[in-house]
Amino acid sequence: MDKLNLLIVGVGGQGTLLASRILGTVALKMDFDVKVSEVHGMSQRGGSVVTYVRFGKKVYSPLIEKGEADLIIAFEELEALRWIDYLTGDGKMIINEQEIDPMPVIIGKAEYPENILETLKAEHSIYSLDALKIARRCGTIKAVNIVLLGVMARLTGIDRQIFVDAIHEVVPAKVLEVNLKAFEEGYNYHN
Amino acid sequence: MKKLMLGNEAVARGAYEAGCTIAAAYPGTPSTEITEYIAKYDEIYSEWSPNEKVALEVAIGASIGGARAICSMKHVGLNVAADPLFTVSYSGVNGGLVIMVADDPGMHSSQNEQDSRFYARSSKVPMLEPSDSQECKDFVKYAFEISEQFDCPVIVRLTTRVSHSQSSVEIGDKENFKLKDYVKDASKYVMMPAMARRRHVEVEKRMAALREFSNSSELNKIELDSEEVGIITSGISYQYVKEAAPNASILKIGMVHPIPEKMISEFASKVKILYVVEELEPFFENQILKMGIKVTGKQKLPVMGELNAQLIAEKLFDRKFEASQVQAGQPIPVRPPVMCPGCPHRGMYYVLKKLKLNVSGDIGCYTLGALPPNECMDTCICMGASIGVAHGMEKARGSEFRKNTVAVIGDSTFIHSGITGLIDVVYNKGNSTVMILDNSITGMTGHQHNPTTGFTIKGEPTRQVDLELLCKAVGIERVTVVDPFDVKELEKVVKAEIEADEPSVIISQRPCALLKSVKFEGSRKISREKCKTCRACMKIGCPAIVDKKDHLEINPALCVGCKLCTKVCSFDAIERMDS
Repeated sequence: MDKLNLLIVGVGGQGTLLASRILGTVALKMDFDVKVSEVHGMSQRGGSVVTYVRFGKKVYSPLIEKGEADLIIAFEELEALRWIDYLTGDGKMIINEQEIDPMPVIIGKAEYPENILETLKAEHSIYSLDALKIARRCGTIKAVNIVLLGVMARLTGIDRQIFVDAIHEVVPAKVLEVNLKAFEEGYNYHN
Repeated sequence: MKKLMLGNEAVARGAYEAGCTIAAAYPGTPSTEITEYIAKYDEIYSEWSPNEKVALEVAIGASIGGARAICSMKHVGLNVAADPLFTVSYSGVNGGLVIMVADDPGMHSSQNEQDSRFYARSSKVPMLEPSDSQECKDFVKYAFEISEQFDCPVIVRLTTRVSHSQSSVEIGDKENFKLKDYVKDASKYVMMPAMARRRHVEVEKRMAALREFSNSSELNKIELDSEEVGIITSGISYQYVKEAAPNASILKIGMVHPIPEKMISEFASKVKILYVVEELEPFFENQILKMGIKVTGKQKLPVMGELNAQLIAEKLFDRKFEASQVQAGQPIPVRPPVMCPGCPHRGMYYVLKKLKLNVSGDIGCYTLGALPPNECMDTCICMGASIGVAHGMEKARGSEFRKNTVAVIGDSTFIHSGITGLIDVVYNKGNSTVMILDNSITGMTGHQHNPTTGFTIKGEPTRQVDLELLCKAVGIERVTVVDPFDVKELEKVVKAEIEADEPSVIISQRPCALLKSVKFEGSRKISREKCKTCRACMKIGCPAIVDKKDHLEINPALCVGCKLCTKVCSFDAIERMDS
């Protein structure tokens, strides 16, 4: 692997920022140049959020544009659909099988699209799992992000020890154990 | 040692390494984290000031007192701090004074898209602009040196993508900056006409010297490559240009005011076609055109929103990046931000919407009340505006209109600049009803303390502004404190206060649901047997309650168990998960 353009998409509050922080640390440990672009402020309040992570020999722009993402980690199904056109032709997507209705759906002004996973799987390399269930089993639903990183580690073939070291560095000590467990569960997950 | 840092974190590191000992700010996205990171350094006195004007005044005082000082704000905050800015440009500094301003092209979290570079020009203050985290740190250190060398404040401008992008930073050692002597000098620091006239002469001399400095400064760099195309750019746009036009020659401007005119002329003479790539206004472009140099910029690039590499490649070089063939193939509902489950504002908006009131709004999480499902805010202009706007409406439309109108303003925003509006209402015989939404924290920017919370930026206990006493002290006789989740009581109070023929304040008091100290009893569920699907609970607009057409459901992953919905349900249909 000589470069990676990665998008993390989800709903504000799902823990996408912590995931991007760990990935940035992973990239540094691999001696890559890295840029991570985050969203703070108003959009974080339950809105659609995206974080861009770019590894490479030299990275200039912190942004990833349409058709340029090698990998997308989607924390929610509708968000997976929303950002699919950022994927390269042979890109991969990891999807957390969770639906969170946006306000227009809640108040009946829009429909939550049906069969998102089937639609996406028909055309792309999609790895989907119920990371919420796995995280709950590990001890906290907040660890969804780390479960998904576990899946990513296996999928990309990046040395898992690098991820483990990065988690040690970034995650606060009191929740370290549950997060390491979540990472292992994600790493060892099989469809 | 290399470390991955947000641009804002690198600014904090730069201030630390420069031996800065005083930092003052008012939080505002995308600038907030600068001062949060600075506050982690024990060596730096840090504070959240009540507003940006006070923050800059504190930093000015520290500088005159001989320390290196930094003051941070978002772009609209600089409007608030503009008054001291224009005059500290005249008085100059003692210890280095650096003003951080973070613009928000694309308005990710702002009410306008102003280009703060014009402040540097009009206040005659030099401005630097970094393009990644390493430069954030380096430029802040430069800024302190330039400030002391040229006896002026220095503005460092960031944009959202620089503030909120992480890239690697080489960590350096802390400089041992010694407090400079305090020297009384009224001719320099008392800006009244006779002194200010003399200082203005100094300002013009300084600008001439800075123009020369800019031409030779390593902050501005020429990267020669193609003789065909040359691009003048700065800040984050530089990063986009490097990807959109890898072979172009580039003049990267790090000192955006004053611009390096000689360097620009020299660069222009070396290329056939010259472009300027800058976000927002044609700030460089117009100055370069005035120099008589032919250059293309805003003819091809937008003055609105952010740029990116694809946009630049397409607009300047007609080159499309390989577009993805992947399509969603069906309409995708938008997902706008919403107030969180458990948010205290939800009870307040439920009542205001029920009473069909006009709502003069302000800036904070509660501005989200303008969006569906609440759709319950009529105006929102700037920090603190809600009260003055409500007062103006009353004066324009009379008491009948006023009796259907309230102003809503958060605790931090009220202290920032709402209190002056309230004094105006009292003084000028207005009868507005003002609701202070006291959620015990500055919410939208991510939980910063303020004078009403009882804690400093470093988490130390301090004296707390008593909002009730404060309102009474300025002449409000009707002040009521009410819990917004007691919707019946709140409705009664609002009805009484809008009817009163005198000004009144309702303090709607309940802590932000995201505060660690706030504990709820766990998520609820809707009993299919008891629920009559009357949809009364839908009226509170909670993102956890979902209308499934034939029945209503609570999403257990979102519900925090605040029980607001149970208070509007007439059938006791909402119960504990385990019941």
